[in-house]
Amino acid sequence: MGGLSVAETVGPAELGRWLRAFADAVTDNADDLTALDSAIGDADHGVNMRRGMTAVVAKLDAAPATAPAALLKTAGMTLVSTVGGASGPLYGTLFLRMGTSAGDRAELDAAAFAAALRAGLEGVVARGKAQLGDKTMVDALTPAVDALDAALADGAGLGDALRAAANAADQGSDATIPLVARKGRASYLGERSAGHRDPGATSTALLVNTAAASLG
Amino acid sequence: MSDPSVGIVVVSHSRALGNAAAELAYEVIGDVDVPIAVAAGLDDTTPGTDAAAIATAIATSDRGAGVVVLMDLGSAVLSAELALDLLDDVGADPATRDRTVLCPGPLVEGLVVAAATASTGADRHRVSADAAAALGPKRSHLGLSWESG
Repeated sequence: MGGLSVAETVGPAELGRWLRAFADAVTDNADDLTALDSAIGDADHGVNMRRGMTAVVAKLDAAPATAPAALLKTAGMTLVSTVGGASGPLYGTLFLRMGTSAGDRAELDAAAFAAALRAGLEGVVARGKAQLGDKTMVDALTPAVDALDAALADGAGLGDALRAAANAADQGSDATIPLVARKGRASYLGERSAGHRDPGATSTALLVNTAAASLG
Repeated sequence: MSDPSVGIVVVSHSRALGNAAAELAYEVIGDVDVPIAVAAGLDDTTPGTDAAAIATAIATSDRGAGVVVLMDLGSAVLSAELALDLLDDVGADPATRDRTVLCPGPLVEGLVVAAATASTGADRHRVSADAAAALGPKRSHLGLSWESG
């Protein structure tokens, strides 16, 4: 490809690759996610996300989607019915809103992908009513979406912009460690939730890192 | 023909708990026809809530007078809120969303009171308000005000 960038669009094949990579990542990290959740939650995040993403991959295998919106909706609907915990409606809303944002496009260019991810973030915020600093997945997703937009505005290609987003998500996840949880089960612990990384922010960092690896 | 009863949906992480709570409510109202639908657990043994199943339960229990939804904790509330966005996907009456009330009452006490109030032919707002206040008798019996304990 030399110095020329490849066609930077995200279609059903790329989205499917991303979701499969995310499924592999939550499966590989399921024990770690559950361990984080056993410290401050109900010890089910890894198990729940693995069950949900395994179901998403099975849906993709059974009936490959031909358009981004349909694929994202399938992923979202499958997660809301198979995850079980709060991550179900939250990750489900993320993908459902991304699908709505994708509209009838056959392929998403970098701007459309970024717009979809921001729509997903806004859906998660509206659904969970969490703000930045509440020690939730929003703490990883917000800086990621901001970094993606900023990099694209600076003229970066989608790959570089997604790598910047992944770095921002990792930093956002790291930044949850000292926070006191204000949402979800962890908030019952109050000050004792400080000193632990948030499981939802951790899985969200995996989501953005796998996007960088499979779409970039 | 009398007006249709308000429908009630039970949302719980546990299918066993949801079914048992509904059974308790039916014992209270006897033969009165109040539709109670349970959307609880991912399956018989896996705990969790499923927004699509909740949407279906809401759609099937709305006979025109609307639906009052009782929920247990955590994701039950998020899934019930998301279910309102999924009513179109499950073929609900387009008017169902506006006549669905998510009730802040406690699951078991609230469900029993909701069923009892619905069985009198009360509207969904009355049913939800009574269910939301369902801890009152217990608090009163224990000598607690609303502010204490």
